Amino acid sequence: MSEGNGTRRIETPALARVEGEGAMHVRLRGEEVLGVELRIYEPPRFFEALLRGRALTEAPDITARICGICPVAYQTSACQAMEDALGIEVEGQLRTLRRLLYCGEWIQSHALHLYLLHAPDFLGFESGFAMAAEHGEVVERGLRAKKVGNRLIEAVGGRSVHPINVRVGGFHRAPERRALEELREELERCREEALATVRFTAGLEFPELERPYELVCLRPEEAADYPIDRGRIVSSAGIDVAAAEFGATFEEQQVPHSTALHARVRGRGAYLTGPLARFNLNRERLSPLAREAAEEAGIGAGCANPFRSIVVRAVEILYAFDEALRLIDAYERPKRPAVAWEPRAGVGHGVSEAPRGLLYHRYEIDDEGRIVSAWIVPPTSQNQRSIEEDLFEFVAAHAALPDDELRHRCEQTIRNYDPCISCSTHFLRLEVERG
Amino acid sequence: MSGARPKLAVWKFASCDGCQLSLLDLEDELIALAERIEIAHFLEASRATVEGPYDLSLVEGSVTTPADAERIREVRRVSRRLVTIGACATAGGIQALRNFADVEEFVATVYADPSYISTLETSTPIADHVPVDFELHGCPIDRHQLLEVVSAYLAERRPAISEYSVCIECKRRGNLCVMVAHGTPCLGPVTHAGCGALCPAHDRGCYGCFGPMESPNTESLAGWLRGLGAETPDLVRLYRNFNAGAPAFRAASEAQEERA
Repeated sequence: MSEGNGTRRIETPALARVEGEGAMHVRLRGEEVLGVELRIYEPPRFFEALLRGRALTEAPDITARICGICPVAYQTSACQAMEDALGIEVEGQLRTLRRLLYCGEWIQSHALHLYLLHAPDFLGFESGFAMAAEHGEVVERGLRAKKVGNRLIEAVGGRSVHPINVRVGGFHRAPERRALEELREELERCREEALATVRFTAGLEFPELERPYELVCLRPEEAADYPIDRGRIVSSAGIDVAAAEFGATFEEQQVPHSTALHARVRGRGAYLTGPLARFNLNRERLSPLAREAAEEAGIGAGCANPFRSIVVRAVEILYAFDEALRLIDAYERPKRPAVAWEPRAGVGHGVSEAPRGLLYHRYEIDDEGRIVSAWIVPPTSQNQRSIEEDLFEFVAAHAALPDDELRHRCEQTIRNYDPCISCSTHFLRLEVERG
Repeated sequence: MSGARPKLAVWKFASCDGCQLSLLDLEDELIALAERIEIAHFLEASRATVEGPYDLSLVEGSVTTPADAERIREVRRVSRRLVTIGACATAGGIQALRNFADVEEFVATVYADPSYISTLETSTPIADHVPVDFELHGCPIDRHQLLEVVSAYLAERRPAISEYSVCIECKRRGNLCVMVAHGTPCLGPVTHAGCGALCPAHDRGCYGCFGPMESPNTESLAGWLRGLGAETPDLVRLYRNFNAGAPAFRAASEAQEERA
């Protein structure tokens, strides 16, 4: 769209194939980029406020409702923060179950994004449904992966959206080994297909864009574990801190053009969390099968192009299948489904790797087990600044593209992040209007 | 709906996206469904949108902003049938806890300054704003029930969704009663069926995520729960969560508060 003063505006008033409600605005004069904005207009839901006064046992169920796509991430970070405050450790088979549940979420969430939301950008379709007509096999493979991911969540968590079996200290009921064994055949089949998907994504065409991100993710203390359910917070620029240091390491800033707060590394700037960060900083921790697949896909030495995140997600899906099968092999039903605890006053911190990246929870609880304060930092609010910097660089390099194509490519630049806008919005600043 | 394929639209208000995700979670039926109906507006899944009117609109989420209070009227105007899906759309959702609090206090505690985003003092269900043809309960909804509702409207019939309690489902499933056997507080006797009695099957009491059944006796259940040792704040919290704004649960939590 041209304006009288020679300014060109590229706008998408309602972003599609993302979770939640957001808009994109890009302004150019000639080939000079004047500004890029990822605007979020998803209504705020006040989670940190409504958690106050609730029992600490309710935090996993309540915070799950922040996001229907990654409820396990919220439940895991919430549980671990409470367990930190209570001074208990959840290890052994209970940790196995927690990680297994999380593998299910990675599989269903990554499969949804990769096959139904992101792949259509590369193949030139408006949706996964439209893509199915010509690429039926790919879409069906995606739906099978998503389905078995959901079945895995159901087997451990009872339900795929907002699992009911998760509690502070572990689970309400530990699943029978047989219930997990029943999934083995389908998990193995989908693991084979995930390998084919890594090859499929490696063959897509990627716009050129390499950015010098500061990558931030978890690194588990167990040397063999790829980051999923827990770990220390590390970065490509040398951060290596415990979850409790999150607030001392990162800060949230208000920017004039956005209603959501942007996170940054204190004293530095934007950072990137999610698949690219996990992969680049931990790829030696992938299973041999996933590592070889990454090698074959041409990202064995690392990957700094956000458009190639689709390949990294494919590798992570493959890993999650491998890891789920390994965990099922190692599973023996524990005698008790949860670690016992007594309420005590304290502060706790919890971190885990949501499919989209680092998810931090902090709670203060009183001696009767009630929540005094809550602070939740979801991955998409951490990535907002990087998303806009990607957009700026991409538009600056491709300003000559016609409006429609540039708009589509800009949307793709945002979708590279699998942004979860529903998650990020309780950070909105707001104004009360009397109804 | 003769001739062309019926047009389906999916709309989002304040919510977590989990109920519309349930449509995409119909992995076995999704492609067949997309062939029988035209997915005309479903931003979470497709960039392409077709203009209304729509034969069936599925609405997720509650109304929490002045702009959304306007938008739902427009959605109603372009929808032949409008079905609300999930606790947010049918009862205001967990965000309706603001209805019991001082919103300004919420704001002052959490956010430093007022800004350009506006919010209403309450989170309200869609039916408070426009006529609704059918309400499908659950936080989240059950995907098989969703398929039944969509199929029913395509066939021009009423959806076959049971209105009895989780207790009935629990007995049918052969679960041990967690309240009788373990003294675990359970909302099963007053909660709308639909989940398949998941929580009791996992040795846990029902926490009411499908909202109140038709004519629930919340007062009687509260008495039994007090007998198990529950105190007023526990009872208020039990009735005041994901369906806090549903009239029967709202009345129940307020009745407990008044007793204190």
